[in-house]
Amino acid sequence: MVAPAARGLSALALERRRAAWLFLVPMVVTVLLVAGWPLARTIWFSLTDARLDDTAAPAFIGLENYAWLIQDPDWWNAVRNTVSFAIVSVSLETLLGLVIALALNERMRGRGLLRAAMLIPWAIPTVVSAQMWGWMLHDQVGVVNEALLALGVIARPLAFTADPDLALWAVVAVDVWKTTPFMALLILAALQLLPGEIYEAAEIDGLGPVGRFFRLTLPLIRPALMVAVIFRALDALRVFDLMYVLTGNSAATASMSVYARQHLVDFQDVGFGSAAATGLFLVIAAATVLLVTLGRVRLGAAEDGR
Amino acid sequence: MSGRRLRSLAARALFALLLLVIVAYTVFPFFWAIVSSLKSGSALFSAELFPADPAWGNYAAVFRDRPFGRNILNSVVVAGSVVAVSLALGASAAFALGRVAFRGRGVMLAAILAVSMFPQVAVLSGLFELIRWLGLYNNLLSLVFSYLIFTLPFTVWVLTTFMREMPRELEEAAMIDGATPWVVLTRIFLPLMGPALATTGLLAFIAAWNEFLFALTFTLTDEMRTVPVAIALISGSSAFELPWGRIMAASVIVTVPLLVLVLVFQRRIVAGLMAGAVKG
Repeated sequence: MVAPAARGLSALALERRRAAWLFLVPMVVTVLLVAGWPLARTIWFSLTDARLDDTAAPAFIGLENYAWLIQDPDWWNAVRNTVSFAIVSVSLETLLGLVIALALNERMRGRGLLRAAMLIPWAIPTVVSAQMWGWMLHDQVGVVNEALLALGVIARPLAFTADPDLALWAVVAVDVWKTTPFMALLILAALQLLPGEIYEAAEIDGLGPVGRFFRLTLPLIRPALMVAVIFRALDALRVFDLMYVLTGNSAATASMSVYARQHLVDFQDVGFGSAAATGLFLVIAAATVLLVTLGRVRLGAAEDGR
Repeated sequence: MSGRRLRSLAARALFALLLLVIVAYTVFPFFWAIVSSLKSGSALFSAELFPADPAWGNYAAVFRDRPFGRNILNSVVVAGSVVAVSLALGASAAFALGRVAFRGRGVMLAAILAVSMFPQVAVLSGLFELIRWLGLYNNLLSLVFSYLIFTLPFTVWVLTTFMREMPRELEEAAMIDGATPWVVLTRIFLPLMGPALATTGLLAFIAAWNEFLFALTFTLTDEMRTVPVAIALISGSSAFELPWGRIMAASVIVTVPLLVLVLVFQRRIVAGLMAGAVKG
């Protein structure tokens, strides 16, 4: 009775494996069509003199676009802006996120309500956040300037989004506001999976709260924290909407995405814009390798871990 | 003894203060947007926390002066279609990836994760060409098509984790009864995965609703704009006089339904985001 059923299952297992590919085909084809093909075309365009306003077949010009790109100070400015934006905003988000998560991890009344409040900035569209903060940071009547003036921190209103020295930090501030609560929720979820017993043991061993945090909590949530940091960093490197809405195409804040799109669409220079876009793609690929190696995270591990 | 009690009281007061600061920090900007949207004329330039006489003029103006109703409809149609297509393709792929052990599964999951981290700008010129070739420029279908690049990998990834948690016995029992994989997926798993599908769909919907770069690039006329582009491009009589009251009114209109959805489903959303390995 057992034997035929087992043999039947293994035949089924073979059929299942064949069926699996059929189930995958629609998704794979779609991904190749919307991601694979356009990416390949972008890389090809970056080696040509293609223009948006010219329908003639583009000519192959080798690496000429890239030669121009590495000579353009605006490109390096965009690289600097993007990298500083990513490093500063992700660091702040991680630190503040940890503080908020630790605070929300305490047992107290109204914790659910607090957690709900954390979701508000995350749910607000990026464009809307940028507009809201653009209004709050308005150089004459913005509420931030009013508050700082009233507190005596500044003597005259600051032009947060127009002053080249301040604009990038204004963009960072908006990103930190929008993303920190989200980071906090992810860290909180990791914290709530920690077993209570080890803390009791640590208390008996006389470990203070600071020692408990650095010797127990941090090492235990490190894998989850690293995954969150990596994803946020990769997300920050491709930032576009915040800069575009808050400061337009201003060179003071232009990210690599803003730079690439400006050349591609506004200047109609598809070849050069594609070279910049490919440059961004390479930077993000390099950052992924770097972060995964440094963070000693096996992304494949996510597969068994979750 | 009383010194220690005093200290614990002070610690609790500090902790309460910290919580207050956290809540004020997360909630104030949206509160301020609501307040500003209810002020008109010169009241907008005063910093009063509650408008003395709330005015709804900004809300009326948003719909009167621009096709904002149409923009909202566009966003709903685009995000809704993207979610439907992503869930259909994603559930089928997740069944294979989550339930069947085959060679190349790990590589495929890694590739899917990599696609979800693509910088959108890197596919912009290739997509633009494809969309023009398909004749979809300034057409909402171009957005449905292009948004799949981020909603589909995300959906596949999250549904795969949910699919893994389905009990093995259910599937084995059905297969001994001669059910094909297709029947197992559509008759047994999908009905059980209702909550997972709802969560994933909601997250994909929010991502599509908020998208800006493709919507800005692939549409041209005001009637074809989605909500984020419409709000970003609201302009006044001159570049120096942005109609902030209206911008805030439009912002509040599109954010409130989203907030209601998110708050209603908050538990599931956090679970779904965890499963989706932190896709923002």
